[in-house]
Amino acid sequence: MTMGVSTDTVDTQMGRAPARRRGSATARRAETWASNAFFYGMVGFVLAFLYIPIAVLIAFSFNSSRSLSWPMTGVSLEWYARLLANEDLLEALWNSVYVAAAATALTLIIGVPAALALDRFDFPGKGLFRKLVLLPIALPGIITGISMLIMFRMIGFNLSLETVILGHATALVSVVVTQVFARLQRLPRSYEEASADLGASGLQTFFLVTLPNIRTAIIGAALLSFTLSFDEIPVTFFLTGRDNTLPMYIWSTLRRGLTPEINAVGALIVVFSIVLITLSVVLTRDKSGKRG
Amino acid sequence: MRLATRNRLSSGGVLSLPLVWTFLFLFIPYAILFIYSFWEKKFPTFVPAFQFGNYLELMVDPQYVRVLLRTIKIAGLVSLLSLLLAYPYAYFLVHKVKRPGVKLVLYMAVVLPLWVSYLLRAYTWKTILGTQGILNSFLVSTGILSEPSSVFLYNQTAMVVTLTYVFIPFMVMPIYAALEKIPGSLTEASRDLGMSAIQTFVRVTLPLSMPGVIAGFTMTFCLSFGDFIAPFLVGGPDGMMIANVIATQFGAALNWPLGSALALVMLVIVLTIITLSDRLQGVGRGKYA
Amino acid sequence: MSEVIRIENLRKEFGDVIGVADVSLSIERGEYVTLLGPSGCGKSTLLRMIGGFEAPTSGTIWLDGEDVTDLPPNQRAVNMVFQDYALFPHMTVGQNVGYGLRVSGTPRAEIKPRVAETLSLVGLTDKADTSPAELSGGQRQRVALARAIVRHPKVLLLDEPLSALDANLREQMQVELRNLHNKVGLTFIMVTHDQSEALVMSDRVVVMRDGRVSQTGDPVSLYDAPANSYVADFIGATNLFASPVKASNGKIFVSCFGQELEIDHPAVDGVPAAERLFGFRPEKARLVRANGSVPQGNLLKGRLENVLYHGAMIRSVVVVGEGRILVDTLLDDTFDPARHAGTGDEVFVDIDPHKIMPFARDGAS
Repeated sequence: MTMGVSTDTVDTQMGRAPARRRGSATARRAETWASNAFFYGMVGFVLAFLYIPIAVLIAFSFNSSRSLSWPMTGVSLEWYARLLANEDLLEALWNSVYVAAAATALTLIIGVPAALALDRFDFPGKGLFRKLVLLPIALPGIITGISMLIMFRMIGFNLSLETVILGHATALVSVVVTQVFARLQRLPRSYEEASADLGASGLQTFFLVTLPNIRTAIIGAALLSFTLSFDEIPVTFFLTGRDNTLPMYIWSTLRRGLTPEINAVGALIVVFSIVLITLSVVLTRDKSGKRG
Repeated sequence: MRLATRNRLSSGGVLSLPLVWTFLFLFIPYAILFIYSFWEKKFPTFVPAFQFGNYLELMVDPQYVRVLLRTIKIAGLVSLLSLLLAYPYAYFLVHKVKRPGVKLVLYMAVVLPLWVSYLLRAYTWKTILGTQGILNSFLVSTGILSEPSSVFLYNQTAMVVTLTYVFIPFMVMPIYAALEKIPGSLTEASRDLGMSAIQTFVRVTLPLSMPGVIAGFTMTFCLSFGDFIAPFLVGGPDGMMIANVIATQFGAALNWPLGSALALVMLVIVLTIITLSDRLQGVGRGKYA
Repeated sequence: MSEVIRIENLRKEFGDVIGVADVSLSIERGEYVTLLGPSGCGKSTLLRMIGGFEAPTSGTIWLDGEDVTDLPPNQRAVNMVFQDYALFPHMTVGQNVGYGLRVSGTPRAEIKPRVAETLSLVGLTDKADTSPAELSGGQRQRVALARAIVRHPKVLLLDEPLSALDANLREQMQVELRNLHNKVGLTFIMVTHDQSEALVMSDRVVVMRDGRVSQTGDPVSLYDAPANSYVADFIGATNLFASPVKASNGKIFVSCFGQELEIDHPAVDGVPAAERLFGFRPEKARLVRANGSVPQGNLLKGRLENVLYHGAMIRSVVVVGEGRILVDTLLDDTFDPARHAGTGDEVFVDIDPHKIMPFARDGAS
């Protein structure tokens, strides 16, 4: 990514305020120049820091040799071909899709009512409930992972992809709750009151008024939840049985050494992420505009 | 039926599933973790007990304290480095970029990497910093180094760089939000009253953006604090962090009670930091008139 | 006319705070009643209890002879116009207006003409397919009205319906709302903190204070015979002062900031009494320039501190002793600016003894 900022987007004329008038014009210009140089430098550095590694990741997926050293030896699609022939990897990919989809469904089923309850109702123990639900967002995943591992072991559950799903859902409900709760907070309560006032039942109000107005937040939360689950390691690490998810598969191959095959997977994931992001931007754009 | 009762009933319907779930998969596991930390390891299994042996071991054996201090140090450095990079970036976005389109693109540029696999983002630094990696081959080919050096990878610096790379978006987002929320009239008033741009920044903008800084610091600190993937990928023998030690107790070392005790220590530290951060943000959080 | 709403000893407590304290009220069918008071006086809470949005702590609400105290909003034949209009942003104007019919299972074929009819009533026939976001403030207000009356509720509740509009539009909407009330013949209960709005629009005004009804009455009686100093001060302006009552030579006197004024009011007998409150309206008094001699009348002597121009009248602020007395002078053809006192001049305030009103010491009646 390059710096897409032209000078006219930048406020170079900061000398409007009275304080500036005291300095000479030259000093002022030098100061402005220095400040701009600093900011452009920082922004350029941060963008380079963020995107060079991703560029490297993708570039080497096309490298013709096994080595990951610069300069690249040539361009080939060998690693992509190998990847498509790698049955373990494809199975892990499928497992990840299954886990992420199921976990996302669960987070929505639990998270949306939880957000509604936190925003709209008062009940005893609400404070504790909120703390518990939101805890996994701040807590290292490893704690969710091991605490559920111990519980499953105690009640004699065998570890499987399903235990991973339960773990992911538990860890990611907080994502849905925060997103949906934030939207509900911005949704005037009078909408629901107006709906009830006009004769709608609780369910009618939810489906005809509340849901359409928090729809984009739910879609956004679902996509985020899916992505995070798809990428999850700390919880999966402790809760998976024989089956591997994609990140766990990559993790285990990393132990054996680096291969451009992983870069190829990475490049594909980057492309997939871009698709998801685009989807989320398109789907969550609020068409209704300002509230009436 | 009274109106209040009716409300309570309908809220009960909405609530039951989340409540049951929270109880089953959050409350009970944490409770078990707590109880487990007092159990004893009696090979080949663990037996229920109520003793402080695990906690005693954590205090007596210097390696645990050392790992804990190292983890705090690394998480602190990551947060600091992220702050130094993120603040100017967010400030530039809010105060210098005028076109909304450009602002959005530059903001999304920071958030986007979050959608790309965390593991792969950490992994790519392994390929960059390694002896066979890009950095070495670049330095050798340009003649700066005569032969590839192994100093870049497998140490704490590599971990700090990698974790900063991975978690910096969590610093930019809250700072950006805090800066964006400050009414432009406040900085204008400050300039109008004769303060220079730098004075205005130090006396007005910086204090008002502190809640964002604190939130960002807390996020990056807690996330780095609990990480066990970066140490595994780019950390050396002196790069083990507390999460790695916990993972080991549940794996090779097979001492779950000790691991649980360690996890509880971690939990308490993280919760303390979050509570502290909430307090601090509460102090700094004011309504703009 | 018959009673459509009867409220008996209605009370609402929020924890330790008393929102509404044992209010009883009866409202006739077709009446336009306004609940008036400053923010926090309980007027909105009372309205929301009638609508079913707040559960009363105790007391009863009767709607058309039926006890609706514990019915949820969707089971009351009462509709509300919300302060922020609460138009559903994801629906068109037509869908908004038809919402109440749709959720109650009215056949589609019937919804359309009724929506059209109601929209034409508020003059928005051509806006049925528009999004509420594209409408102006006044238009949104009318959609909210249409939506609330489409189901022909027994009572229409209006929560500060005009507060979001700017001054000019507000006056225009006041007239429109009043016209609509005459046209549809529904019972309107409106909440407002704007006393002039209440006077202009209502058949009857309920002045509230601290969760209680301070006075109920038609606008004229509220203005001319406020039951207490609170109402006198809240509706219109009043020169208030505290004074004991004194009798001499068959006349009764009170002291206004140290100067004696004669009072002639049926509620004040000649018996000397402890201190109580008195007041008179600024427009009932007359400002007289001193000119060296003392004019005839029931006079207060003071110094003209300020003259505030109000367009149709001027308001003079006169310093009398330690107090300030307001005198309004209508700027009609008889007004001669050359003869009016200037700032700093010595002046007299002349007030007819009949126009001085006595009040109970406390605002609660």
